[in-house]
Amino acid sequence: MSKKYDAGVKEYRDTYWTPDYVPLDTDLLACFKCTGQEGVPKEEVAAAVAAESSTGTWSTVWSELLTDLDFYKGRCYRIEDVPGDKESFYAFIAYPLDLFEEGSITNVLTSLVGNVFGFKALRHLRLEDIRFPLAFIKTCMGPPNGIQVERDRMNKYGRPLLGCTIKPKLGLSGKNYGRVVYECLRGGLDFTKDDENINSQPFQRWQNRFEFVAEAVKSAQEETGEKKGHYLNCTAATPEEMYERAEFAKELGQPIIMHDYITGGFTANTGLAKWCRKNGMLLHIHRAMHAVIDRHPKHGIHFRVLAKCLRLSGGDQLHTGTVVGKLEGDRQTTLGYIDQLRESFVPEDRTRGNFFDQDWGSMGGVFAVASGGIHVWHMPALVAIFGDDSVLQFGGGTHGHPWGSAAGAAANRVALEACVKARNAGREIEKESREILTEAAKHSPELAIALETWKEIKFEFDTVDKLDVAV
Amino acid sequence: MPFQSTVGDYQTVATLETFGFLPPFTQDEIYDQIAYIIAQGWSPLIEHVHPSRSMATYWSYWKLPFFGEKDLGVIVSELEACHRAYPDHHVRLVGYDAYTQSQGACFVVFEGR
Repeated sequence: MSKKYDAGVKEYRDTYWTPDYVPLDTDLLACFKCTGQEGVPKEEVAAAVAAESSTGTWSTVWSELLTDLDFYKGRCYRIEDVPGDKESFYAFIAYPLDLFEEGSITNVLTSLVGNVFGFKALRHLRLEDIRFPLAFIKTCMGPPNGIQVERDRMNKYGRPLLGCTIKPKLGLSGKNYGRVVYECLRGGLDFTKDDENINSQPFQRWQNRFEFVAEAVKSAQEETGEKKGHYLNCTAATPEEMYERAEFAKELGQPIIMHDYITGGFTANTGLAKWCRKNGMLLHIHRAMHAVIDRHPKHGIHFRVLAKCLRLSGGDQLHTGTVVGKLEGDRQTTLGYIDQLRESFVPEDRTRGNFFDQDWGSMGGVFAVASGGIHVWHMPALVAIFGDDSVLQFGGGTHGHPWGSAAGAAANRVALEACVKARNAGREIEKESREILTEAAKHSPELAIALETWKEIKFEFDTVDKLDVAV
Repeated sequence: MPFQSTVGDYQTVATLETFGFLPPFTQDEIYDQIAYIIAQGWSPLIEHVHPSRSMATYWSYWKLPFFGEKDLGVIVSELEACHRAYPDHHVRLVGYDAYTQSQGACFVVFEGR
């Protein structure tokens, strides 16, 4: 059925607000929290978001009649109030699958969070959630290894993994840095981590760090009889340098490398994930810059979207916040997005911030990494919140031990195992945390001293970004 | 006053992965862990190896995995039978999870020497 060309400016809602539309299983669905300029009707704002993030432009153009734009357009099919908030509303938008290149998270985000975020009719805009259709998911490789393969490679079962970031984060020579890695690993940690700021600075070039770290990992492994690893940060200025570092890590026989997926970018990340699959390497993912994008409750992208995008782009471990430590994150929201990292199906659940049913098909899972301002007293809560498929990382909580990093590591390991043992035996570990840790400390002077050192440290500030609930 | 150092020396220990940092379990504590494995719906599995090969991926199965076994007493007597047959071997108990093809639990019950 052909149409006539009618030049001029139409209201967006005439074309892009379709409340009768029933989304297809193959549609990519998005939920935006919209805050429009005063006086602009909700339907017009929502339709504008749908248009500007898909096929539309501000004016009617003759060339759109060369195609069937109704087939390609994104459309807003539902508007909902935000509980407890009068000025904002949720807009649900469906995008046809053909708008996106197969396997390209970069392409999805360029459309959904591109120009539309600067649109003048909006005061704020926040992408709350994306429902990726299974048809799109099957075009992405996802985690290079996944949880099951990582456990088999590292020989770690029946408990969360234990890690720590090397401190001070900047300024150590390669040899001194390797020393700290060695101390942590011989003390009982499974992994140590390059700080995200460590790339290849004048005080410590990357080759030198990689060599000393490899020796530290080897020594610790031989002395403890357990499998060990260190996340070698391959994030670099160019993809070529990133791959060069990854290749060298492989040459040294290391099990795991690391990438910063937001500052490095999704294209770099997806490429490195594919390299890891091909080369049998685990991939740890840091998330520097996420809080710039996800912390404001009315503008930006919620972290659950960034987490979903990472699972699709590829990574075996992703930082998720700790709930209890020094960094932002409430418990229900965190549980909501760690489900998105690890489960094969996540049902819609507004109490956890999940706006859609999400079917992950056969895609591998990602370990949730809890890191930042946590110490032994937090251990019971961390085990209860994060469960076994997680990596618990104590930086200050390891190196800050009065006897040094090895003793700090041992204290954390004893505390972790005591919590897992108690949980398995049916005890309520959060309620009984004090008894469990004090009992365990009877057999471990390292833990006893750690408990004494950090007994007063708490981070009790209110969360800035909360779930939307009516007060 | 004589100098007194408050810094202790941490001695590296060779351990056997999960629960390696806890004192050996009492019999009751072992029962608790077996009950947990059964309650999760996992299959108990017993493996053993000579200490010189403890880092190997594959330890020998004791018989076969005890698929669907719900009786705690059976697992206890199988653990003891394995230990009697291989007194110098490490013996570990696994909670095998066929759904994830992984091990929901895994710890050494008897250490060989």
